[in-house]
Amino acid sequence: MGAAPATRDVTSYGMGLAAPLALFFLVFFVAPLLQLLWLSLHNDTAALHWGLGQYLHFLTDPFSLSVLGSTLLLGAEVTAVCLVLGFPIAWLYQRVGPKLQTIIILIVLLPLLTSVVVRTFAWIVILGRQGIINATLQSLGIIDTPLKLLYTQFGVVIALAQVQMPLMTLPLITALGRIDPNLDDASCSLGAGSWRTFFRVVLPLSLPGVIAGCTLTYAAAITAFITQSLIGGGQMLFMPMYLYQQASTLQNWPFASAISIIFLLAVLAVVSVFTTLGRLSRGYGGT
Amino acid sequence: MAEMQGGRSLVVDAVTHRYPSGALAVENINLDIKGGEIIALLGPSGCGKTTLLRIIAGFIAQTQGRIIIGDDIVDALPPNKRAVGIVFQNYALFPHLTVSDNVGYGLAARGIDKATRQREAQRLLELVQLPTMSERLPRQLSGGQQQRVALARALAIKPSILLLDEPFAALDKNLRLDMQIEIKRLQRVSGITTLIVTHDQEEALSMADRVAVLSHGKLEQFGSPSDVYDRPQTLFVNTFVGSSNRMPGVVVSADRTAAKVRLDAGAEIIARPAGGTLSEGGRVTVCIRPEHLQFVGDETGFAGVVGMSLPLGATVVHEVTTADGFGVKVSQARIGETRALESGAAVRLAPLAPSLANAFPATL
Ligand SMILES: Nc1ncnc2c1ncn2[C@@H]1O[C@H](COP(=O)(O)OP(=O)(O)OP(=O)(O)O)[C@@H](O)[C@H]1O
Ligand SMILES: [Mg+2]
Repeated sequence: MGAAPATRDVTSYGMGLAAPLALFFLVFFVAPLLQLLWLSLHNDTAALHWGLGQYLHFLTDPFSLSVLGSTLLLGAEVTAVCLVLGFPIAWLYQRVGPKLQTIIILIVLLPLLTSVVVRTFAWIVILGRQGIINATLQSLGIIDTPLKLLYTQFGVVIALAQVQMPLMTLPLITALGRIDPNLDDASCSLGAGSWRTFFRVVLPLSLPGVIAGCTLTYAAAITAFITQSLIGGGQMLFMPMYLYQQASTLQNWPFASAISIIFLLAVLAVVSVFTTLGRLSRGYGGT
Repeated sequence: MAEMQGGRSLVVDAVTHRYPSGALAVENINLDIKGGEIIALLGPSGCGKTTLLRIIAGFIAQTQGRIIIGDDIVDALPPNKRAVGIVFQNYALFPHLTVSDNVGYGLAARGIDKATRQREAQRLLELVQLPTMSERLPRQLSGGQQQRVALARALAIKPSILLLDEPFAALDKNLRLDMQIEIKRLQRVSGITTLIVTHDQEEALSMADRVAVLSHGKLEQFGSPSDVYDRPQTLFVNTFVGSSNRMPGVVVSADRTAAKVRLDAGAEIIARPAGGTLSEGGRVTVCIRPEHLQFVGDETGFAGVVGMSLPLGATVVHEVTTADGFGVKVSQARIGETRALESGAAVRLAPLAPSLANAFPATL
């Protein structure tokens, strides 16, 4: 045995190996971000006068604040739906045979294998006035006039939840897979019923996956420009579209930049709440 | 400890289990275990020990047969209603709960308030000699300490039966001995009927009041450690429990208590007919333990050639090849200057006493 060369201390590898990625990151992410910040700190569209005017405008404008609020709320709703629907799938996955596991994984991954645009149009077909749901309900005589599903908050949440579901389910499957199956049996033999076992053992131990899943789903849901705009239609405005209008249509780059920075900070705030929650809950299920 | 109830009896009545995959894991097992006994379930890997344990605990519903604890047939009860305590091989402590909460888990499930739970947990932790560890997380404990916690956790629900699945397999040798003594001590004070699954025969023989030897899902023998070791009922038990030399031979004459066997190696010896009566002229396999063979100076016994001598501390083991080409091990206590025999030396071997050789009807 002895020390094989492969066990060389990682830190002794030159940082140079990371340089290409670092450079890429610098040029295409940090630089634009700084430019965005620089732009947002100007009061006029020509970016000649420094000032916090754009931020003041956003934070005192009820309309802008309501767009931010409804976007964050949308993220929360989508995340909640994904969690509630995704957890049972992940739980089931850990309890079935290998054949069913393959099928479940395939179903979970399927949305990732089709384009977002295609998936979103599929939802339009399903949710529309003459769509599958309305047609079915009408033919069954359950409703007389078609329900308004498309261009509603409900429609956006459902479509986004389906589109983002893998981001929730995959981390949950991983987290649940790490839990020793004997813990279930141990809990049961100590007299706990299945609900107690779930809330006292399975759920706390799957928290790392829950948090990872929520963070990913949340971040993806609130920035999902295409689905939000296509299913939400003209009546509903969320941050990505708001930003796009300001930048592309109105050419108000400084305000658009301020919107992005505020949006970014809001997302970071929500994500750090998730991570802090995770850290507070002991029981990372580590070894 | 006085408040701990004595153990209840456990009857495994004609239990058979076939997994959905078709594997027959346990076949018609009968065990009648008295309250307060320590029983070892001994057998090689894959013989169905864990399956039987999980049937008793209620995790698996057996295909046939009954499990009776005390006066109750428990087959219809789920595991959380059976009051059976289990210590898992990997301990299965809840990693996110403190030691105290782990021990109190079963009490919480019974709706006992926090103060009482903590008091009880502390009492049990003192019992397993970990009084100062209550606020630690399991991963902050050593393997032996984790096992004590697992034991305390299982005892907290005052189980009527305690099941331990390979409890010592993950411990190193010294710690294993400590824990074996510890569990035996705790079992004695609590009087809980205890079933230990193991594939380590020394462990089974040293800890258990009675040993159940399993092979391929069948019960080979159920008896006291000395029964199993000295009076094995099957060839499997004889060779699995302790080590044994197997020598083929032919029955010269036999009655119920003794058989004269002509070994293929070239000697006539007296052996105990172990698997029922033997018929004259039938082929048998004779088992003699290495420590029950001795070198003889005269023309009795059978001849052999020494291959190698291994001094193993308190004993010396000689490997001898017999005339018919069989390898036989002879173990001698190392008294004074017990000589290591020269390789190639011609020797003669004979059993120490007739009752120490067991003859089984040869299969095939
Ligand atoms: N879930 C299962 N499905 C199908 N067959 C199984 C299952 N579990 C065990 N078996 C089979 O049943 C037999 C007995 O298994 P069991 O786990 O009870 O053995 P064991 O005596 O505990 O072995 P070990 O000492 O290796 O733990 C084995 O042949 C095994 O392959
Ligand atoms: Mg086993």
